[in-house]
Amino acid sequence: MSVLVYTENWDGKFKKSTFELLSYANEIAKKLNTETIGISIGNVSTDELSNLGNYGANKVLSFSDSRISSLENTVFSSIISQAAIKVGAQVIILSNNLTGKAIAPRLSVKLKAGLVSAVVALPSSVEPFEVKKKAFTGSAFANVKVNSAIKILTLSQNSYQINQSEDVAIVENFEATINNADFKTKVTDTQKTTGKIILNDAEIIVSGGRGMKGPENWGAIEELASVLGAGTACSRPVSDEGWRSHDEHVGQTGKIVAPNLYFAIGISGAVQHVAGVSGSKCIVAVNTDKDATVFEVADYGIVGDARQVLPSLIEAFKEFKAEH
Amino acid sequence: MKILVCLSNVPDTTTKVRFKDNNTSFDANGVQWIINPWDELALTRALELKEGSNGVITNVSVITVGEAFAEPTIRKALAIGADNAYRVNSIPKDAFFTAFQIAEIAKKESFDIIFAGIESSDYNGSMVGSMISEFLNISSVSSVSAVNIENNEIKVTREIPGGKEFLNVTAPLVAVVQKGIAINPRIPSMRGIMTARTKPLTVSEAVACDSLTEFVNYELPQPKGKCKMISADNVKELVQLLHNEAKVL
Repeated sequence: MSVLVYTENWDGKFKKSTFELLSYANEIAKKLNTETIGISIGNVSTDELSNLGNYGANKVLSFSDSRISSLENTVFSSIISQAAIKVGAQVIILSNNLTGKAIAPRLSVKLKAGLVSAVVALPSSVEPFEVKKKAFTGSAFANVKVNSAIKILTLSQNSYQINQSEDVAIVENFEATINNADFKTKVTDTQKTTGKIILNDAEIIVSGGRGMKGPENWGAIEELASVLGAGTACSRPVSDEGWRSHDEHVGQTGKIVAPNLYFAIGISGAVQHVAGVSGSKCIVAVNTDKDATVFEVADYGIVGDARQVLPSLIEAFKEFKAEH
Repeated sequence: MKILVCLSNVPDTTTKVRFKDNNTSFDANGVQWIINPWDELALTRALELKEGSNGVITNVSVITVGEAFAEPTIRKALAIGADNAYRVNSIPKDAFFTAFQIAEIAKKESFDIIFAGIESSDYNGSMVGSMISEFLNISSVSSVSAVNIENNEIKVTREIPGGKEFLNVTAPLVAVVQKGIAINPRIPSMRGIMTARTKPLTVSEAVACDSLTEFVNYELPQPKGKCKMISADNVKELVQLLHNEAKVL
């Protein structure tokens, strides 16, 4: 019996979202009176693996194979399901990120295990098993009951507090069978945006909308972002107009983000945009229109022309950064 | 080559979400139903691929699991340009059930590419597409922002954190698509609307399958406190509030 966590690594390193998963899983494991086990796929150092104990893993199974060089959904889901069977997992937890969304559904079918995605809280009860998830793109939550013996959850990012300790995890090599025939996709090229903060990882995001009036004014957004160590984003009209690239579009049909601090600069606050940012801990809005809907969801607001407010914001944050 | 596009019938994305029966079900009163936005983009891309394929792609089909009230959505997809449609006549109980029903139809028709949207805008599951691939035991690629066919090879672009990967994939596959797969969804033409009426729509009953999850009830987010307004001449105050009050700096 156990709670199994897919501990994803990025170039051999673990990130905050993995630690959130483990802390979350550990709390469920306590309720079930069992242990928390991680499954890692790829080359990760033993130190890095045993450090996962700091965040709640009792044991980490480590699988690596030279044939694995990119995310092959068939292979990854097969390895995790073999691990789940081996450790008698009652609950399997993945991140609700791109990888989790790609693998968890395959795992659900393999193990005939009910899957709840975009989970935002600990289960309200484990018998019956009931847990809260996001629904209607941030406009509501749903409580979902899982009826199968094994339960799979994907946890929304930034929705669980990390608990840290001095504990270390036992690291074990894991043997799983994977077939050459399961490798059906081949990565021919990779394109990385360098020097930019990845939006899904960003603690602070500075986002510009139509109120910025044109791409030539984006220098100020970028400067504010660089002062704060923030990522840059934009609203849908901005990416549709081609002022900024599509991968900066935040909102219902773009990226869903949940940073600690979100700046909506010259964004009116259409329901589709709000749906993509409502998970943010704190929202600051700057808009010329005092009645703009963005002020209904913001925590702090400034009425004014974004292009005039930005320089004083940059100045004030620079001063703050110099002092702290 | 044959393409299948999975469609979900969802409330219009501007719908004010409300619940009824003690918050145990979605209040569909007065709600406009649409094709899930990502599915609509997938359909658009499937049609573009067919038109650019010199006859290699012979057929673009659409499928939905839903009761008769989902039919306007299916007809719209036919009006946009799909060749034929399937409807499994059942409430889509959960993702596992829905994916199983689609896989049952796909097994008989052997599609080369199955498109599914990354999620539906109502239950935000991100599940059905990849579940279908597992039921069919075929490969799947998720977070797909481009699909091209060159010399009978399927080329797929996948979004990864901070970048993109370009993949060659052997058919059959399930492509779970997101923003970027097509720029704007196609709008039905008058001729499309006329011909949609006579295009084949096959209705079948669901095959027995357990659902593994059930939605017990819903809640709306806690209303936000009032937004604190700060004068544009005094942004230092904002910095202090973010630091001392919100504690996010």
